[in-house]
Amino acid sequence: MAEQPSGDALIRAQVGQQPVPEFSETAWTVPPPLSEARVAVVTSAALYPRGGESFTVTDTSYRALDHDDRQLVMGHWSPNFDRSAFGIDYNVVYPLARLDELVEQGIIGSVASKHYAFAGNQPDDVATIRNDSGPACAAELKADGVDVVFLTPV
Amino acid sequence: MCTLAHVFEAAGLSTVTITSIRSVGERMRPPRVLHCEFPLGRPLGKTNDPDFQHDVLRRAFSLLERDSGPVLDVHPEEIVGVEEPLSCTVPPRFDPDLAPAVDEARGLRKAYDRALARRGVSEVGNAVDADGVPHALDVLQNIVNGTPWKEAGIPGGHTTALANDIRAYYEEAALELADAPNPGGHQTEDWFFERTEAGKLILTVRKALAAQGAPQPVWFFMAPMYRS
Repeated sequence: MAEQPSGDALIRAQVGQQPVPEFSETAWTVPPPLSEARVAVVTSAALYPRGGESFTVTDTSYRALDHDDRQLVMGHWSPNFDRSAFGIDYNVVYPLARLDELVEQGIIGSVASKHYAFAGNQPDDVATIRNDSGPACAAELKADGVDVVFLTPV
Repeated sequence: MCTLAHVFEAAGLSTVTITSIRSVGERMRPPRVLHCEFPLGRPLGKTNDPDFQHDVLRRAFSLLERDSGPVLDVHPEEIVGVEEPLSCTVPPRFDPDLAPAVDEARGLRKAYDRALARRGVSEVGNAVDADGVPHALDVLQNIVNGTPWKEAGIPGGHTTALANDIRAYYEEAALELADAPNPGGHQTEDWFFERTEAGKLILTVRKALAAQGAPQPVWFFMAPMYRS
């Protein structure tokens, strides 16, 4: 008897066939040497600070996360992923401890003072992300002197 | 994530994106992608494994050395979720006058409180707080027993948020009770939906809501799409 596909395999098969936003060009920004670069994390895990504003179902906004704040809530609405992993070890989604270690080793220049979370459940056209909240977040990252953004999904 | 990578790069930032669904990265063509075939919800692969997490970061950051793009690389290790429920005892039946899931949730409260004290934060609280979980399960049981869903008084008024709160309450408690402290991908989910009265109740109430004619968004997102 054929082995039943895992839940992840079923999700990948379905999401992998859905329409995605199309970009006619791929921008390309040359980074400074990694050992001099300031690095930030941006995640779609819908993280927000304890007591802060949670995410609504189709939220297209983002939350700023202080570098030293580890009291974060994962407010993603989807039931279709391993929701417990972040609580076991936040680094598996939001690897700030690992980035701090890379700074100590001299592999990256510095870690940003703020990081950012979006919710992965936007409307299909992602117009707000493209035209409003995405550019606004980029401006905040640049104001903090960030060179490199490491993006993680859930 | 791929959309944001395009936006950020156009704004003058260099990006590296982890993808968990390869065809999305292939079709959206953000500048630099490291595709990782890891359990969904674990983009750096393994919890409490700094060496492995550093390996993912090293491979991701190496893409910054490329001269042009878009570029998509694939992490060589595939990690499959563990399709075996967490080894975790559920509380024994205590009050036979209560619905089984309500009785069970009450029995998990101390473990949940220990989890909250240890971590300092909880995912419970969008529709109900921990005090409200037993009542929420009672409401869901009433729907299964025939109470029309619009008259049931669903706490918080949103079934997806409520189901997520109940699941978080259980999964956070389970991590305090589990025999192994570092479960693999989906083990807590498997335990919740396959071993607990609350998980089984959510799957049952989902069918009851559909049978009552509730709109699909009301019931579909209460549990993973692949569970029935």
